[in-house]
Amino acid sequence: MYEYNQFDRDFVENRNKQFRAQVERRLDGSLTEDEFKPLRLMNGLYLQLHAYMLRVAIPYGTLNSRKMRQLAYLADKWDKGYGHFTTRQNIQYNWPKLKDVPDMLDALGEVEMHAIQTSGNCIRNVTADHFAGAAADEIEDPRPTAELLRQWSTDHPEFQFLPRKFKIAITGAPNDRAVVKAHDIGIQMNRNEAGEPGYRIIVGGGLGRTPMIGKTVREFLPKEDLLPYLEAILQVYNLNGRRDNKYKARIKILVHETGVEEITSMIEEVFEKQKSLHQAPPAEMIEAIEAQFLPPEFDTRPIDEDKLSKIIAADPLLRSFVETNTDLHREDTHTIVTISLKPIGGTPGDATGDQMRVMANLAEAYGYDELRISHEQNVILPHVRRDDLPEIFKVLKDAGLATANVGLLSDIIACPGMDYCALATARSIPVAQELSNAFEDLKRQKDIGPLKIKISGCINACGHHHVGHIGILGLDKAGVESYQITLGGDGTETAAIGERTGPGFSYEEIVPAIGRIIDRYLELREDGSETFLEAYRRVGADPFKDALYSSEAENA
Amino acid sequence: MMSILVRDNGFAEDRWEAEGGLFIDLEKFGQDVAEKVSENTCVDIPNDVHIDSLKGLFENAAMIRIPFPSFADGRGFSLAKQLRQHGYEGTLRAVGHVIADQYGFARSCGFDEVEIDNDLAARQPEDQWLARLPQDDLSYQNKWLVEREGRNF
Repeated sequence: MYEYNQFDRDFVENRNKQFRAQVERRLDGSLTEDEFKPLRLMNGLYLQLHAYMLRVAIPYGTLNSRKMRQLAYLADKWDKGYGHFTTRQNIQYNWPKLKDVPDMLDALGEVEMHAIQTSGNCIRNVTADHFAGAAADEIEDPRPTAELLRQWSTDHPEFQFLPRKFKIAITGAPNDRAVVKAHDIGIQMNRNEAGEPGYRIIVGGGLGRTPMIGKTVREFLPKEDLLPYLEAILQVYNLNGRRDNKYKARIKILVHETGVEEITSMIEEVFEKQKSLHQAPPAEMIEAIEAQFLPPEFDTRPIDEDKLSKIIAADPLLRSFVETNTDLHREDTHTIVTISLKPIGGTPGDATGDQMRVMANLAEAYGYDELRISHEQNVILPHVRRDDLPEIFKVLKDAGLATANVGLLSDIIACPGMDYCALATARSIPVAQELSNAFEDLKRQKDIGPLKIKISGCINACGHHHVGHIGILGLDKAGVESYQITLGGDGTETAAIGERTGPGFSYEEIVPAIGRIIDRYLELREDGSETFLEAYRRVGADPFKDALYSSEAENA
Repeated sequence: MMSILVRDNGFAEDRWEAEGGLFIDLEKFGQDVAEKVSENTCVDIPNDVHIDSLKGLFENAAMIRIPFPSFADGRGFSLAKQLRQHGYEGTLRAVGHVIADQYGFARSCGFDEVEIDNDLAARQPEDQWLARLPQDDLSYQNKWLVEREGRNF
């Protein structure tokens, strides 16, 4: 866990003072509303449908109990007792008052947190694999690099006024849990033939109204070249990205219109210059960052397997939780627990202040004081001993946090949609809730198997519907909500953009329509081990289109 | 319209033309611009120009001026940085809609001064610019520079 040094503390404090002054200068007219807007956005403050919204950065999704408790404090004191974890590993407060925001930022500063660059046309909060440092399949922990990128991108003088927002994600494992191919820059840690560590650099991925899978511009980049190389990409983008149309301003459009070969050579040309001139951070500093992400000293005393399996076998709910919500840890005495923030019928990603404190306590008591937020809007205890699972489950159950649905149908990603967002064209949270209610039987969900449903309430695709196995996009058709379905999307290392099935469905029709897709899948799958995505890849879209549209005709 | 120059020591009147300096437009002269340039010339360049077409200016142009049509258009920052990276050592001036909050960024990217109109100078007086001097603007980039090379900004 990275701890601030004096400079980090001074920086955040100074930044908060600047923002306090900017609020005052807006009020005294020194700053016009147009000029104030990007400044408040750079500090995470949006104006939403009903109120301001403050988006707080959780860099690469890593936090500890002290930070989580402070997030709970903010929720209780300045919001309505809850917060909303987002698909960029951040937390949003939906009801703060403008006058309170400088105080909220100061309170965050006390626990080494901030809201810097969670919005605006700059480099956003860097995201990483939420199992970083814990997963059994990991080659290298991506978080030291992510922290370096946080520092490098923070207030970078050249890149604060880009054509559009800019998102970077990094993973250190071959199984991509960070959706790196759908980011402006995706970074995959790898090794060259000599076994030296470096990075594969992927550019120009993105979702939104023009979804694109990123293209590899460098198969292997030596570690020490990372910052000059990224500066080269950003410089090419800042100078050449389109500024005439906000919807064509992301780097994916530049890559698409320029062509990957041409853009690669533009980047390489600038990189040659950058490489010789770049003021890289001192090597001792990089080592100091790395030292802060060393794994905890795991308690590796042997587990009484007999006893543990008897306890698990005796409690079907616990057994189901262990099967569904845990993942392989690098230490076989340990496991990774995913706490689902998707209770049946609930709002995906919401947690109350009390629930945040429960999770903080668990991290402190059983989890080496570490917590993670996933882009799938869940909370992770990355390191727990397997024989602590029964106790952890009990505490979670009492707090309403033990839903055993991770990776299943009701583990839905949904954007805030029309319930909060000024851009939304349709509701998304209520669709998630109704779907979750329609499939409330967890046994049935388990039988259906791994399934990622992702819902966006407008074309900007914050709910990642393009990479959902089943994606739902809510649009406005002449004042009526209309939901389009896409199938076959995939956000992992086998990334794919989902295909549209055809005409949309009304709010009332969308849940039954998803039901018909599921029924068709259950009919045509080869056996219980063939997942929805595998079946879709085998049979294609037609059987599902048939289920969607011909039965609709029969009913009419 | 009168304009104001912002430098690290505060506001100043622009004396460039009064002291015999000329402004010439890169786009007007195209490839021939290098021949027109001397030690009393400032070349106005557009902010979407490719660095390769500026190389003829490096030796002789006393000043290069880069426009900011809107403070949200950050191309000028990268262009200034590129000019410095390619070895231009004359004066770099940003002109147009730059706001006080960007002064430190502009200086860090290689600009020496910023030219703003009187209206903006009245709305954002000198103290708001002096609050954002590059040496006071805490930044990771400057910190790395200091730690690595033992030099201050």
